[in-house]
Amino acid sequence: MASLSELYQNVILEHNRSPRNFRPMTDADRHAEGHNPLCGDQVTVWVRMKGDVIEDVSFQGSGCAISRASASLMTSAVKGRTRAEAESLFERFHRLVTGAVPPGETETLGKLEVFSGVSEFPIRVKCASLSWHTLKAAIGEVVNPKE
Amino acid sequence: MTVAAAPGLDVEQLRKDFPILSQRLRGKPLVYLDNAATSQKPRSVIDAVGRFYAAENANIHRGVHFLSERATVAYEAVRERVARFLNAPTPGEIVFTRGTTEAINLVAQSWGRSTIRPGDELLVTAMEHHSNLVPWQLLASQTGATVRAVPITDAGELDLDAFDRLLTDRTRLLALTHVSNALGTVNPVRALVARARARGVVTLVDGAQSAPHLPVDVQALGCDFFAFSGHKAFGPTGVGVLYGRAALLERMPPWQGGGDMIETVTLEGSTFARPPARFEAGTPMIAEVIGLGAALEYVDSIGHSAIGAWEEELLACATEQVGNLDGIRLIGTAREKAAVLSFVVQGVHPHDVGTVLDDDGIAVRAGHHCAQPVMHRFGVPATVRASFAFYNTHEEIAALVRGLRRVRTLFA
Repeated sequence: MASLSELYQNVILEHNRSPRNFRPMTDADRHAEGHNPLCGDQVTVWVRMKGDVIEDVSFQGSGCAISRASASLMTSAVKGRTRAEAESLFERFHRLVTGAVPPGETETLGKLEVFSGVSEFPIRVKCASLSWHTLKAAIGEVVNPKE
Repeated sequence: MTVAAAPGLDVEQLRKDFPILSQRLRGKPLVYLDNAATSQKPRSVIDAVGRFYAAENANIHRGVHFLSERATVAYEAVRERVARFLNAPTPGEIVFTRGTTEAINLVAQSWGRSTIRPGDELLVTAMEHHSNLVPWQLLASQTGATVRAVPITDAGELDLDAFDRLLTDRTRLLALTHVSNALGTVNPVRALVARARARGVVTLVDGAQSAPHLPVDVQALGCDFFAFSGHKAFGPTGVGVLYGRAALLERMPPWQGGGDMIETVTLEGSTFARPPARFEAGTPMIAEVIGLGAALEYVDSIGHSAIGAWEEELLACATEQVGNLDGIRLIGTAREKAAVLSFVVQGVHPHDVGTVLDDDGIAVRAGHHCAQPVMHRFGVPATVRASFAFYNTHEEIAALVRGLRRVRTLFA
C-alpha cells in the first residue's frame, strides 16, 4: 500500500515551501503555459536558450505540492542541459512517475527520484508531469521561417 | 459507531441501508463526505435495478408482450412519482433525461433556439455550475444573445440589488441554481423567480443540489423549468429529470430525433409526439428510471423535514469545528446554506488536503467543483469541499477535523 510519506517526501515538501527558480524571466526567449483543466492547475515556464543549451529556466503558477515541487526540481535538473538531454530526462521521469520502469531496472534520476511515490497515486501523475509537458512545449521546435 | 439521535431520524439504522458505508477502504472505515458530487445508493435502489435486469427487462412503449407492458407501466409510474415529488401539476410535465446537464441543454437548444433573438439577454448567476452556464453561452453564440451574470457577495450570496439592475426589458431567461454546489448557498429562488416572471421572463431552476436535500415544490417556486439528477438523490447515474410547464413544453420543438418521439413518419417528413414523449427520443434509461423511482420512494419514506433537520445539525457542527481550526478559510458563509462546507487550508493546495484526508479513508472533493467563476470570485484556484447527506455522523466530522490537523502538521 502506498504510504503518504512516500508521496510527500521531505525534499518535495521543502521544494513546495521554497520553490527554486520561481520567478518570471524578463529576458526569456521562449515560454509556454501549461494547464490542467481537471484541477485548474496552471504553470508558466520561461526558458532562455543559448544555442541548443537551456541557459536559464524559471516557472510560476499555482498548483499542489507535487506539481510545484516537480516544477522546482525540474528547473534545477535541466538548467545547463541540451534540449535533447532535457527531453530524454522527461521521458525517463515519465516512466518513473507512471510506474513504467521495467522490472529489475531502476531509473537513475538523482533528486528527481523523490517522485517515485507518485506512481502509487495515478491521479497525481498529471500534477508531477504538468511542468515537464510545459517545458517540452517551450523548448520544442519553433516555427520560424528564418531557421 | 455511536450516533447522536436527531428527532425522527435513526442514523445508525439508516446507514445499514447503504452497503457501501460499511466497507473498509485500505483498512479504514469509509468516511464519505462527497455527497454533492454523487450520493451513495440504498439497497432498495441497487435491488430495483438488479431485479429489473434479472426478471423484468424489456423495451417500453412498444411490443404487446407481458414484460414490455409491465416495464412501460413501471416506467410511467416513476414519472407519476417524480411529479408528486416535485409537486408538478401533471406527470406529462416530467421529461426523463440523462441528468441535470442534459435537461438544461434540452431547454437551451429546444426552447432557446426557437425563442431567443439577437440582442436578447440570458440572466444567470456567478455561482452557477458550468452545466447551468455553458449551455447558455452556447445558445448565446448561436443566436446573438448575451449572457449576463448576477454577482455574488463576499459571503457567497447573490447581490440582489445587482439582480434588479440586470433584470431588464431585454432579459428573456433567468437560469439560476437553487443551491450552490461550490458554496452551499440556498438562493431565494421563489422571490427571484417571481420578479422575473412579473416581467414575462422564462425561468429555469437547477435543482441538482436541492432536490436531494430540501423539499421542492415547483408550483410554489413558480419556475417554468426545474432540473435535477438521479445520482445525487440516492438513485442511479444516467438518469435525470426536467420539469417543464406544460404550456411551454407544448410549444417547444423536438431536440433529438428518433424512435418514440414521433407521431407519423414518412420519407418526406415527420410529425412529432406530444410532450413528454417528444423529448425522449430513442430507448431511454429504463432500469435507471426504475432505480430513480426506488430512490425517491426511499427519500419520501424518511421525509424531507427529518433529513433537513439532521443535515442542518451536521452543517452547524462541521462549520464550527472546521472553522475554528487554525489556518482554515471557509468559502461560502451565506445565512441560508445547505450541508456543503467549502474551505481552503492556508498554504496547502486543496489537492494535497484531499490526498492526506483520503489516506485516512475520508472522501472529499478537492478542485474547482465545475464552478471556475466562483473560484475566481474568491481568488482561489480550488477549494476542499465536504458535503453531507443524512447518513453522515458527528463521528465523521470528528474524523475530518483530525485529518485536517494532520494536514497542518504535514505541511507545517
